[in-house]
Amino acid sequence: MKIMVCPLNGPRPVSEFAYGGEVRPMPDPDSCSDAEWSGYVFNRSGSPGTKYEWWCHIASGFWFIALRDTAQDVVIATYAAERARQPMPAVAPGRAP
Amino acid sequence: MPHRLLRFGLSRKHPEPRMFTRHDALKSGYDVVIIGAGGHGLAAAYYLARDHGIRNVAVLEKGYIGGGNTGRNTTIIRSNYLTPEGVKFYDESVRLWQDLAEDFDLNLFYSTRGHYTLAHTDSAMRTMRWRAEVNKHYGVRSEIVDAAFVKRGIPSIDMSCGGHAPILGALFHEPGAIARHDAVAWGYGRGADRRGVEIHQQTEVTGIRVAGGRVVGVDTTRGAIATSKVLCAVAGFTPRVLDMVGLRTPIYIHPLQAMVSEPVKPWLDPIIVSGSLHVYVSQTARGELVMGASLDPYELHRTRSTLDFVESLSSHMLDMFPFLSEVKVNRQWAGLADMTPDFAPLMGVTPVEGFYLDAGWGTWGFKATPVCGKTMSHTVASGRNHALIEGFTIDRFARYQLTGEKGAASVGH
Repeated sequence: MKIMVCPLNGPRPVSEFAYGGEVRPMPDPDSCSDAEWSGYVFNRSGSPGTKYEWWCHIASGFWFIALRDTAQDVVIATYAAERARQPMPAVAPGRAP
Repeated sequence: MPHRLLRFGLSRKHPEPRMFTRHDALKSGYDVVIIGAGGHGLAAAYYLARDHGIRNVAVLEKGYIGGGNTGRNTTIIRSNYLTPEGVKFYDESVRLWQDLAEDFDLNLFYSTRGHYTLAHTDSAMRTMRWRAEVNKHYGVRSEIVDAAFVKRGIPSIDMSCGGHAPILGALFHEPGAIARHDAVAWGYGRGADRRGVEIHQQTEVTGIRVAGGRVVGVDTTRGAIATSKVLCAVAGFTPRVLDMVGLRTPIYIHPLQAMVSEPVKPWLDPIIVSGSLHVYVSQTARGELVMGASLDPYELHRTRSTLDFVESLSSHMLDMFPFLSEVKVNRQWAGLADMTPDFAPLMGVTPVEGFYLDAGWGTWGFKATPVCGKTMSHTVASGRNHALIEGFTIDRFARYQLTGEKGAASVGH
């Protein structure tokens, strides 16, 4: 991966971007169990896969979501951050939903 | 080719025994199955056979012996960590390293060099002092040294680091050492092999059978095995094995790159680390400079190399040692680092009975090879965590009792 398409700025060199981790739905802190909460805080899906991730275009300070295959390092699609409000469908490797 | 050599090559009888016994088939069951024939897995097999009398052990390796992070690290051995748990653990490892070559009857090229962690800022000096005090408290030889001491120890260093990161002092750790990493895997492997352990290369684990919360067997590309104990020592592949038993952990995978220069005459005796410049470097017995930097900045499960890495590491190397500008980089490579949020490993028993974990070794695993073998063999044999790994258990996150080792585990954070 050398170029990433920022939803705001278009294709830019990947060195202009910072990785912000996987998009993870937060459980309701008032109703979830202690185990669910600590699992949310610490646990990660460590295996390779096609994942929704937070990325930031550093020069413009613009946060957005990228769908990336973490085994092959291929960005399949990028979305504006509003995408995080919708449920994230599971994806087959290498394909955008 | 001379006729005799050809005949020797084709013959089944060789005067010299091979390093490892070749096993044509897996047995139907083993007392213990170890996944991963790297340093950690083979060390555990070695101590299981030698110290605990458990010899019906299979070590399964999907590639070849020592082909993962054991053969990809920058071979630095030290114990100048930050937490009491870490210092005690790594100190025991340094102790075990001392007579390992004799134990194996194999030259590990273990070479005590002294280890400088350079401080370029007041806050770095403060962390160094903290580490030195914790180290001294546990009997580890570490001390704060001033800039003049650093200059005497490394006469060729540019103390201003190109004018933008002047060296104020350092944490000096006299027992810091390097060793020949491949030989460590071979030594442990041969020692285990001679004691009856079976090492199966080209054998990938495809599933772990769990019944009623207990391990009952392992599926491999060469058939199924019955066993009640599995030790997982697979570094960057840990999450994939954990998926087989349905365990979730904080481990995430980033590549860690390294590179080596062409050989030059010996000029750098100690090991130099600079957290601010993101560099660690040592010179091997054959004159190459082995260099590493910080993790790649995002999750990836490939061991590709990047030009970005060579450029930034070379530039920081030249800040410290401008005269290297004509020296060429020979090779670069990468390994998959299994990182944890507190930069301490994940070890010991797990909620799945009979499934033991030796993981979360991120960028700091090679130096711990002997002590991991010792403590994990004890844990597997007894079913209870060894006292030295109690700060590294996998349930520490649910208790919010992290073992914060970030200030001492690697560079660049």
